[in-house]
Amino acid sequence: MAKPEKIKTPKPGEIASSIDFKSPATDWMDTPTEIKPGNFCWGAKEKDLLTLGLPNPRQWSPLDDDWKLPEGWKSTILDGLSDRLSKYRSFKIFMDICVRCGACADKCHFYIGSGDPKNMPVLRAELIRSVYKKYFTASGKFLGRLAGARELDEDVLKEWWSYFFQCTECRRCSVFCPYGIDQAEVTIIGRELLNLVGLNIDWIAGPAAACYMKGNHLGLEPHAIKGNIESMCDDIEDLTGIRVDPSFNRKGADILFITPSGDLLGDPGIFTNMGYLMLFHELGLNYTWSTYASEGGNFGFFTSNDMAKRLNYKIYAEAKRLGVKWIIGGECGHMWRVLNQYMDTWNGPADFLEVPKSPITGTVFENARSTKMVHITEFTADLIKHGKIKLDPSRNDHLKVTYHDSCNTSRGMGLLEEPRYIIKASCNNFYEMPENTIREKTFCCGSGSGLNASENMEQRMRGGLARANAVKYVQDKHGVNVLANICAVDRAAFPALMDYWCPGVGVYGTHELLANALVMTGEKERVTDLRGDDLPGKEGNE
Amino acid sequence: MKALLSFLAVIILILVATFGGSVENLHFLFGIIIPYLAFVMFVGGFVYRIIKWGRSPVPFRIPTTIGQQKSLPWIKQNKIENPTSTLGVIVRMAMEVFFFRSLFRNTKTELTQGAKGPIISHGSAKWLWLGSLFFHWSFLIIIIRHLRFFLEPVPVFVQLFDSIDGILQIGLPPIYLTDLFFLVAVTFLLVRRFVVPQLRYISLPADFFPLFLIMSIAISGMLMRYFYRIDIVAVKQLALGLAQLHPVLPEGIGAIFYVHLFLISSLFAYFPLSKLMHMGGIFMSPTRNMISNSRMVRHINPWDHEVEVHTYAQYEDEFREKMKKAGIPVEKE
Repeated sequence: MAKPEKIKTPKPGEIASSIDFKSPATDWMDTPTEIKPGNFCWGAKEKDLLTLGLPNPRQWSPLDDDWKLPEGWKSTILDGLSDRLSKYRSFKIFMDICVRCGACADKCHFYIGSGDPKNMPVLRAELIRSVYKKYFTASGKFLGRLAGARELDEDVLKEWWSYFFQCTECRRCSVFCPYGIDQAEVTIIGRELLNLVGLNIDWIAGPAAACYMKGNHLGLEPHAIKGNIESMCDDIEDLTGIRVDPSFNRKGADILFITPSGDLLGDPGIFTNMGYLMLFHELGLNYTWSTYASEGGNFGFFTSNDMAKRLNYKIYAEAKRLGVKWIIGGECGHMWRVLNQYMDTWNGPADFLEVPKSPITGTVFENARSTKMVHITEFTADLIKHGKIKLDPSRNDHLKVTYHDSCNTSRGMGLLEEPRYIIKASCNNFYEMPENTIREKTFCCGSGSGLNASENMEQRMRGGLARANAVKYVQDKHGVNVLANICAVDRAAFPALMDYWCPGVGVYGTHELLANALVMTGEKERVTDLRGDDLPGKEGNE
Repeated sequence: MKALLSFLAVIILILVATFGGSVENLHFLFGIIIPYLAFVMFVGGFVYRIIKWGRSPVPFRIPTTIGQQKSLPWIKQNKIENPTSTLGVIVRMAMEVFFFRSLFRNTKTELTQGAKGPIISHGSAKWLWLGSLFFHWSFLIIIIRHLRFFLEPVPVFVQLFDSIDGILQIGLPPIYLTDLFFLVAVTFLLVRRFVVPQLRYISLPADFFPLFLIMSIAISGMLMRYFYRIDIVAVKQLALGLAQLHPVLPEGIGAIFYVHLFLISSLFAYFPLSKLMHMGGIFMSPTRNMISNSRMVRHINPWDHEVEVHTYAQYEDEFREKMKKAGIPVEKE
């Protein structure tokens, strides 16, 4: 088996000059798929598939010729395809009605960053549509390639693997498609099919297995979660002189708080987490953390519908066990697509919870009356609107902020104004990126849907180019030095992307900015912000 | 190559039709049997496809949200692009179906190399929207105009369309505006498949064929009206007979009419087998036609099933000692 090796990422100039939107001379069906170092993630490990009980666990490498597919893999895939056509109207219609108008072609961040025509959403869908036509339509059976149909063989399967893991399920193409064809849906089902024969990637299967057994993607055990949060509390005490004392797995709390585990470990996620801790403390909120349901995100969603449901189960189960009234969810992107559009269907009804009502303002969150789960920016924006917290935005005056909409919160939810409201209340310097790159037209970080590994760094830098380029625009124009966001994957992925394409831009969670500005009762005079940078006018005070 | 094959296929259809139109004995086949057959295939095929789609359930509520959600009362919701009411969805769908809302959003991505690195711009690009809008609306009006052949007396709205469409009063018979728009639009849609490199790359024979076919229908129709005048009275007799299920075969209609009729029949028969079914599919697309209220009302998945989960009890069994040591409450001491 080919061993992982250190892969060199090309320089920004090399990538930029290599992008060519001219299509290859050969027809796409005749253009072989290249499994190129820097552009793929390692295959799922045997132990993780065993933990999750997923098919065909084995050690394998995408660089080997032999991917150790199981006996009869072809009929497994075709049966799986047939099954999903009968289960998902979306998939069936999307296979049938695309007219290849090309409106989606240049909307994909991976196409923009690579120039590879198979990264045009239309063609990525065609990779699977061609097989659908061959085996499930009369025209494809009789006319074959003339009808755009082709046989399923091992090369086709490898092509699927390559390109369905070069799609971050961001739904941007679906905004522009005149029929709403959503490549995310096609990719989700494509990945489900690949998982039937054991073709997942390590960066997804690993976190999913960790989440299944230990409650979170990072695999943090209960004492580690508590330890990490307590050390954040130490930092908060140093900064403000206030001791925050959060509780864990506590029965009798009113609210369960769940955030992506990315916020529990590493810079800059922990600063966002400190923001939550400080806010909740200042409010005197009766809430608890859970070490069992310690993951808001859901890498099962990048594996299969069933796997996503299995991981998502913990949220309601833990809320029930602890007897809380409702749930607040932290800053995360795909987490909120799942919570918004899937959770209630999978694991509801949450009739043991109450319709969320802010104990501070009395606002009833009617929009979450069935799921009983409120996004923290909805919760916080409501606080600010009612004047329930005191903010000093001048503490963020050293920061020039722009805001990145996560793909999933914008196109799978529509959470656009809430975070902006918080940022504008917390910061004096806020600048929007160009209109066609924000809100519902936002560009992916390039690392979503489980592609945030290190071995595919070139792919990530290419995929994130469109986003980074819009940041660069406001960096050059307004001197922007902060990319704010509401997503743990963003916080993990953006630092590398910013260093690569627009050095000098830091990555901040929205609640970190809020916490900088938050005037806490009885706090000592702050001289630095959460990450220890001098506050404006306080330079050299220490 | 793909375009050439499609073009040849249409040429063959034209040749077949020309032959059918020139041989008196075949008029019954080409004037009555084939049109009826095509009509039955169209309606039957269309209904079959819709039913087939309808049989697959919609397990999850997955609208693409293209605007602000409904959340706090003081935040303005985009009630059309992120609809939480049936009315919102109806307006959203109407905007898509009648005005091609999503295509209107289209942008063109361009990459240039600036002094300080690459610059990506996303400028407005409305040509596809405009071309498609002209194409579809002209097509619809032309079909409505054609009802004058199938109905007696001709309904007022058909007469109205006819007179507005011919308002320019240029030439005799007056040139219809939609004829011109249609021809220009279909040419545009075809040319962009040759000229835009990405589009040329993704286009299949199934993309060229309907364009050539529709273009040939338009040209044959216009030739009949403006150049080779045919016996309109006879055509109306035939059309009316077909519509009233009392087919008659008047003499002396002219071969070109049979070409026009056969190409239309081909389009009708081909329609349900092809991507042209987007006409029906758009109404059923879950990303556009669903209410975005998934946190307010529970959506039911008809094939939902139990899955294996890792329970809290299993979790505590594994970590109990560590939890106790860290002072985290446990269920079983």
